[in-house]
Amino acid sequence: METNNTNSFEPKVVAFVCNWCTYAGADLTGTSRIKYATNVKIIRFPCTGRIDFMLLMKAFANGADGIIISGCHPNDCHYTSGNFHARRRWMIFRNLLDFIGVDVNRIVFSWVSAAEGAKWAEVVNESVDQFRQLGPATSYQKLIKNSEFQEVE
Amino acid sequence: MERKLLTKDSYRSLITKLIGQNYQVVAPVKKDTMIDFLKISSFDEITEDYIVTVSSAKTVAFPRNEKLFDYEKQNKKLTQQDFDFDSIPQSVLIGVRPCDAFGFHSLSSIFCWDSIDKIYTTRLERTTIIGLSCNKADDYCFCTSAKGSPGSTAGSDILLTKMTDGNYIAEIVTEKGAKLVADFSDLFTADGGADKESLLAKVAANFSVDDVLAKINSKFEDEAFWTEQAMRCIGCGACAYVCPTCACFDIQDESHGGKGHRVRCWDSCGLSLFTLHTSGHNPRENQGQRWRQRLMHKFSYMPDRLNTIGCVGCGRCSRACPVDMNIAEHCMSIIEN
Amino acid sequence: MNNLQQKAQQLLESGNYGLIVGYEKGTSGKARPVFIRKAEHASKLIFDESCDQNIAVYLYRQEIKHNKKKVIVANHHTLKSIVELAAENQVFDGDFMVLAFAENGDIIELNTFEEIEKHVATLYHGLTEAEAAMMKKIEDMSLEDRWAFWENEFSKCIKCYACRASCPMCYCPTCTVEINQPQWISVPSHTLGNLEWHVMRAMHLAGRCVTCGQCGKACPLELPIQLLTYKVALDSKQFFDSVAGTSICADNALAIFKPEDHENFIR
Repeated sequence: METNNTNSFEPKVVAFVCNWCTYAGADLTGTSRIKYATNVKIIRFPCTGRIDFMLLMKAFANGADGIIISGCHPNDCHYTSGNFHARRRWMIFRNLLDFIGVDVNRIVFSWVSAAEGAKWAEVVNESVDQFRQLGPATSYQKLIKNSEFQEVE
Repeated sequence: MERKLLTKDSYRSLITKLIGQNYQVVAPVKKDTMIDFLKISSFDEITEDYIVTVSSAKTVAFPRNEKLFDYEKQNKKLTQQDFDFDSIPQSVLIGVRPCDAFGFHSLSSIFCWDSIDKIYTTRLERTTIIGLSCNKADDYCFCTSAKGSPGSTAGSDILLTKMTDGNYIAEIVTEKGAKLVADFSDLFTADGGADKESLLAKVAANFSVDDVLAKINSKFEDEAFWTEQAMRCIGCGACAYVCPTCACFDIQDESHGGKGHRVRCWDSCGLSLFTLHTSGHNPRENQGQRWRQRLMHKFSYMPDRLNTIGCVGCGRCSRACPVDMNIAEHCMSIIEN
Repeated sequence: MNNLQQKAQQLLESGNYGLIVGYEKGTSGKARPVFIRKAEHASKLIFDESCDQNIAVYLYRQEIKHNKKKVIVANHHTLKSIVELAAENQVFDGDFMVLAFAENGDIIELNTFEEIEKHVATLYHGLTEAEAAMMKKIEDMSLEDRWAFWENEFSKCIKCYACRASCPMCYCPTCTVEINQPQWISVPSHTLGNLEWHVMRAMHLAGRCVTCGQCGKACPLELPIQLLTYKVALDSKQFFDSVAGTSICADNALAIFKPEDHENFIR
């Protein structure tokens, strides 16, 4: 893997992916022997519709610098409409995060099908680059640290 | 009780010197829209433009979150780091209203009831309370009905009363107060003998808490009464969290992987989850029963067991209540019914 | 006796109604909810500008539910919430009568959901000028300033859940914060947990918030948390053309979808 040597920061990235498309797509990336950034930890879900916004909040709260969310293309959902529901939720959630001052560039959304092994590698590489540019999620990490102790404010 | 004079300039130098000597000075501060007790780093942060602060002074000895210990598990080996008592700073709490100061008495009787709560008592021991008599009151205040008064010295180590010229009468109430005065003896001068009573706010005594105490036990089984009393109550925890004598807490573990800490945090009997059993049974299943618990605890259980009233008449709960559950009114309806 | 009090007295005397939920004078000039069962108490009822609390929250309360014949005196916030509660099947048609007010102060009797819906259609939906200005103030801040603003606000939250308790739409018997396996929201009130709680509360109100601002009014520490639910309400309108509290048979914006929903951030 090629890394940017001028910058020692390597973002911690969590990818929430659906079982039927993106996870299979990521499998294809592997079997096709396409290399991609190793920063990403993949968590497999039955469907993007299952990816609750609280899971994303918890990823940040546990130190993620960036999040990738990926599932089936519209009209390709294994359960017909899970990704449509997810999309609506993300539209609201993304704007709400922006409203409270979270940089929404730390969350990358994508549709990657089971046939798009190359696209998955591309999405991960570009996202990791983007997160690397953004640097560590310090504002959130400050909150995590402060949450340990609060005396008289 | 010894009385001294503390001029406004001396008051400023006292606070400035305390901060300089690394005391944690906690005072009423206007932050955003609210006035609350906060740690200050300069005298100018203090405000005196309040009837009572939003939250009570109890946070100094009973903070909303208290970390009890840390733990870490590594390779099946558990290490525990106990509470560090050295981390508790020497504090001076200023601008405490007499009702709030008296609240520590009720709070201490709970925390020192059967076993002594060492964290609470150490925090309180290391805190010197400089009270400030009330020169104004509002419709929510009812300290005079609850055995208090706008100039009561009970609970304060030193009680200041602001005079019309801006200087203060300083009443030295406890040894802790006397020690502080001795440490800064050059700032306290001879008292001019001003009349303290005339400087105090007038709070009408609309009822006597003794009548509530006498009547409330007979009301216990009157379910219809409590249901009616609590009709408005929406079951949040605001009243308990701002109350200077409410001491209920929850113990929670906050962990990240194998690391974490145990925290003591505020809880409220008004919340439906408070008494919920694992089985699913809830002995206080409706808001009437929960409201009854709140009043019974303050006006029956505490007087019976701890020989103190669990209400100081500050009226904070009524101010904080989103639906205006005015505790003084409820007390009066107990007496009347 | 004014019109409202007379009306209330008549309704209770007629024997057709047993309970009136309305407003009375509270402490220090504030109005507060009141529950009137006897005709002679009808004179307690008031209705003026101070009655801005949303009292729809009482309609599904256990203690009130069993009163078969009830009346609720409703301001425009309460009316919108009743419509939204009806859409979510939390209140039932014919269970209660609504007394609303025309602009000239006349009392309007609304007996069915259809009538309520029709009346609500004549009301203004949206933020007041002052509320819109507060939204704009925050939206105009830089990302860092917004974060600092909310971090400061959330640090003050004591997790009393007055916001939840006062919201008519927060009717779940068991809230997510009460789930402890897993513990989604930490029980101690530190800034991180408070942020998660308020984000969660807002998300769960997406497409359902009628922008009454009751959560913010209820907050003992005066956190402007109503702005969070306003944000999701405004976005629901912008993205999905969904305004809560307008239709008794509306589907929740996040429970339905359109294949052509427009988004520009998914690669």
